[in-house]
Amino acid sequence: MELNDEQIHRYSRHIILPEVGGKGQKRLLSARVIMVGAGGLGCPVGYYLAAAGVGTLGVIDNDTIELSNLQRQIAHSTERVGMHKADSAKKTFEALNPDVNVIAIKERISKDNILDLIKDYDIVVDGSDNFPTRYLVNDACVLSGKPLVSGAILRFEGQVTTILPGEGHCYRCLFEEPPPPGLVPSCQEAGVLGALPGVIGGLQAMEVLKLILGKGEPLKNRLLIYDALKASFRKVKIPKNPKCPVCGDEPTIRELHDYEAEYCQVRF
Amino acid sequence: MEEIKPDKTINIKGLVCPYTFVKSKLAIEDMEVGEVLEIVLDYPEASRSIPKSMEDHGHKVLKVEKVNDTDWVIVIRKERD
Repeated sequence: MELNDEQIHRYSRHIILPEVGGKGQKRLLSARVIMVGAGGLGCPVGYYLAAAGVGTLGVIDNDTIELSNLQRQIAHSTERVGMHKADSAKKTFEALNPDVNVIAIKERISKDNILDLIKDYDIVVDGSDNFPTRYLVNDACVLSGKPLVSGAILRFEGQVTTILPGEGHCYRCLFEEPPPPGLVPSCQEAGVLGALPGVIGGLQAMEVLKLILGKGEPLKNRLLIYDALKASFRKVKIPKNPKCPVCGDEPTIRELHDYEAEYCQVRF
Repeated sequence: MEEIKPDKTINIKGLVCPYTFVKSKLAIEDMEVGEVLEIVLDYPEASRSIPKSMEDHGHKVLKVEKVNDTDWVIVIRKERD
């Protein structure tokens, strides 16, 4: 693949970086990333990955846009209320950069389809808004050996971590099981200040670009925690747990499990 | 002094920064370590910035020469991938 003149212009600020160059840009253009969710986190992640020229972006989201999403979900717009988020994200990202092929997947992920959905991609990004999905995505990535860049937000705090199956920790090394429904904030308690997903999604996008380029240190065995009110970042060590039920030495989870039934009313 | 024979020559006259460096860098990326790139340019600022950036990237600047009223020739040897 050769960069054409328009690409040389578009990506010139990448090309002049010693860590990227034309070679790195070509890696970005041939990379395939799939995002779970086109909401608060998926919007900035996809926006920046599209801008950076990540060639193929899968966007999984079964929801449609609501007015209450627009305070933070920046890839959508007022006139698109009611449209599928995956279609809206495709429109926005491809308008920003026609080099990018966005595949809109308007499905609800479950144990039955997730392995198939992620199998043709290099990296998975979790920007989902609930624990059942978070654990399902983690287990699917561990079982299929896919790098996972996971982000989460609530109120004024967010977290980012990068899971490299076989090399570092996974989500279950930190919390073996999803929290019981009573401990999860209900929808009335789960506010979020609009720019928070921008911060966390930006960090996730950066992790993805580093993985594609093979540069820097990923957040492997680390959880980065951002406290917006204190304007502070903390990096916490998360050692790989040898007794982890999914990525440990003797895993007990060998197939995927949906937690959906136990969690029906706690989406936030 | 022995004349250095370039393995590749690019003419980037008419280009301004940062595209002068972008084009030069893309050219050198496609070459083998030890090969020599000759760059012909007419943007005065780039006659200073390209040699500096090439050195920052680990390459060897063999020559920077103003060859007429408008043009410079810069010769770089690729030192690393």
